[in-house]
Amino acid sequence: MKKELGIFLGLLLALTMVLAACSSGNSGESENGSGSSDNAEGSDNGDTTLEIFSWWTAGGEANALQALLDGFESANSDIKVENAAVAGGGGSNAKAVLATRMQGEDPPSTFQVHGGAELFQWLEADSMEPLDDLYEENGWTDIFPQKVIDMNTTDGSVYGVPIDIHRGNVLFYNKQIFDEYGIEPPKTFEDFFAAADTLQENGVTPLALGDKDPFGSSSLFETVLLGVLGPEDYSKLWTGELAFDSDGVREAAETFKKMLGYINDNHSSLAWQDADQLLVDGEAAMNVMGDWAEAYFVSKGWEPNKEFGWTATPGSQGSFMIVNDSFGLPKGVENPDDVKTFLTYLGSKEGQKAFNKLKGAIPARTDVDMSEFNEYSQSAMDDFKASDSDGTLTLSLANGSAASPGFLNKFNDAVNIFVTQQDVDQFINALTKASSQIK
Amino acid sequence: MEATNTQKRDTLRQKKKPVSKDKVLAFLFLLPSLILIAVFVYGFIGWTGYVSVSNWNQLIPDMSFVGLDNFSSIFQTFRFQSDLRNMLFFTVFFIAGVVILGQFLAVLIDQKLKGESIFRNIFLFPMALSFVVTGVVWRWVLNPDTGMNIILDGLFGWTPGWYTDTTIVPTLQIGQIDFGIPLALIAVMIAAIWQMTGFSLAMYLAGLRGIPEELREAARMDGATERQIYFKVILPQLQPITFGVIVMMLHISLKIFDLIYTMTGPGANFVTDMPAVNMFETTFRGNYYAEGAAIAIVLLVLVAIFIVPYLIKSRKGEA
Repeated sequence: MKKELGIFLGLLLALTMVLAACSSGNSGESENGSGSSDNAEGSDNGDTTLEIFSWWTAGGEANALQALLDGFESANSDIKVENAAVAGGGGSNAKAVLATRMQGEDPPSTFQVHGGAELFQWLEADSMEPLDDLYEENGWTDIFPQKVIDMNTTDGSVYGVPIDIHRGNVLFYNKQIFDEYGIEPPKTFEDFFAAADTLQENGVTPLALGDKDPFGSSSLFETVLLGVLGPEDYSKLWTGELAFDSDGVREAAETFKKMLGYINDNHSSLAWQDADQLLVDGEAAMNVMGDWAEAYFVSKGWEPNKEFGWTATPGSQGSFMIVNDSFGLPKGVENPDDVKTFLTYLGSKEGQKAFNKLKGAIPARTDVDMSEFNEYSQSAMDDFKASDSDGTLTLSLANGSAASPGFLNKFNDAVNIFVTQQDVDQFINALTKASSQIK
Repeated sequence: MEATNTQKRDTLRQKKKPVSKDKVLAFLFLLPSLILIAVFVYGFIGWTGYVSVSNWNQLIPDMSFVGLDNFSSIFQTFRFQSDLRNMLFFTVFFIAGVVILGQFLAVLIDQKLKGESIFRNIFLFPMALSFVVTGVVWRWVLNPDTGMNIILDGLFGWTPGWYTDTTIVPTLQIGQIDFGIPLALIAVMIAAIWQMTGFSLAMYLAGLRGIPEELREAARMDGATERQIYFKVILPQLQPITFGVIVMMLHISLKIFDLIYTMTGPGANFVTDMPAVNMFETTFRGNYYAEGAAIAIVLLVLVAIFIVPYLIKSRKGEA
């Protein structure tokens, strides 16, 4: 009897310890599930450890993040940083983990978020601290482009520090294939379809698409929307001034349908980078993707304007679809001052340069010397500045900036169905029905 | 509280069984797991049910009661209707495959052949893998451009689209969807059957070993052919095993998530989507928490329809 009681107490003790371990693990990154957590130190006493949450785990992205963190640590040796990145394309898994942590009132010190609707949802949940004083201290109001600041601002207060600017509406092409068949980079849809016909006749897949994740085809469709509607009307879609059952959207859907006749058969088995690989392998000629694809090509040993070329997607010459990553300050973190130190570095010239050179994006600051960047980034910066002064900057839906995640989810579902069924009426109906969720 | 306690004491007294120390100790041993299960299983089922009738369809919780709105809205979506169709066909063919193949292999291995344990282990091995690994491996193997198709093309000039095929046969218009077997699901079934056949093999092998040799001998004496012995003597004896395998596989196939998520995702036109995948994406990508909870409850009910009768039956068996 005594012995049994001893066993029982022993088990009880073990259970208590397990529970205790679980609860302290929560503050670390144990919820990441499959997370490769070789940097999960889980030190509870480390009061000056910053946990930097993002979904930059692949190739160039991870290197860029590491360069940023290394630069910060060497400048601020008293503050330790912990890279808490969660793998998964477009942040799909990371956003799920983040939502759980925010609701459990266990926010990371700072986290990656797309400026726009994706950031604003956290404001509705009252989870972010305003960063107006930080902007004032660093004079950022004059240095960051107004449009990008707007993407991080609600009700007169700014909540995010932009680290980079990507361009969403880029058409990349394999230069060798284009030269072989004497094709000029297509500027209009007419050019595009003419080029696509030539390529198809010669047995080359004209347009590579990877939509295992619906993000691939949604990105393509939003560039078609931009190309058909033009930047002004395109932006009206997200404010509710232009309805989804208007003629312009219908025309865009028809154009998109026509484009789908030129894609690779196995698109639903490929991720976006697999589609870019088709270009590298010479099997496909063109791909529409945000310019993180440029970093992918470079990582495969391709050089801009040598092996691959680029142009704005058909019809969208002169407009620039912004995909912006920002970092903010969640409410309830233990060491807000250290987070602000980090955000200051993130917004500084050195920080932006170290990060973006590897990321393939352009810095959010307009005063960074671009001479050390490659040819593509330099041209992207020129395009951005030109577009900024023309007022033709637009937001990306597929990347979460233009509308609420709820609408994006329905949009993705509708696009996924359309890619196979190609029923324009049904597609327009689905989009119109979902548009009450844009917010 | 008082009242129930006295009641309990009364019933105990009626049975005239004093509470022994053993029983107290047994109860104490069980208590931690009882509490944990009560909170983390039944408590959260209750919470999910509560969320599923609320209006929480954005990031910020809104627990106002909306009745069955979430249920009616998910049943009206193309995606969820596709999920139910996919789940139905996947379940039927997956279970049939596992049962038939497992039985067939068990009968072969039961022939007292040399190196029996090697074969048994070979077939059991896939079960040691996680569905995530299976999913990734089969995604590569069945990739229409780089996988097995290279061999198939060389041998027969045949290149199926596997999980990228969006054909549905036959095509019957029901609701918003085409009802029929999505051919893309065949690829997923192959992977799932490959993984779980080892399990049913092991079950059937144990079952076969449990049938006394005398029964077969007696049948042979009566002049039964080997075929007759198998279908009239062995198979009926294996019925409880078949039943057990079906129930085990049923709950795997109804809840399947990891295999689909890593191998195909929802698929073009949702030909390989399953309710669990839909639930995850609806809840955590779209922030439709209440609709996600509604999908979860529908799944729970579907699983319960099959599992509860089994539990009741096995309880009766015990008594």
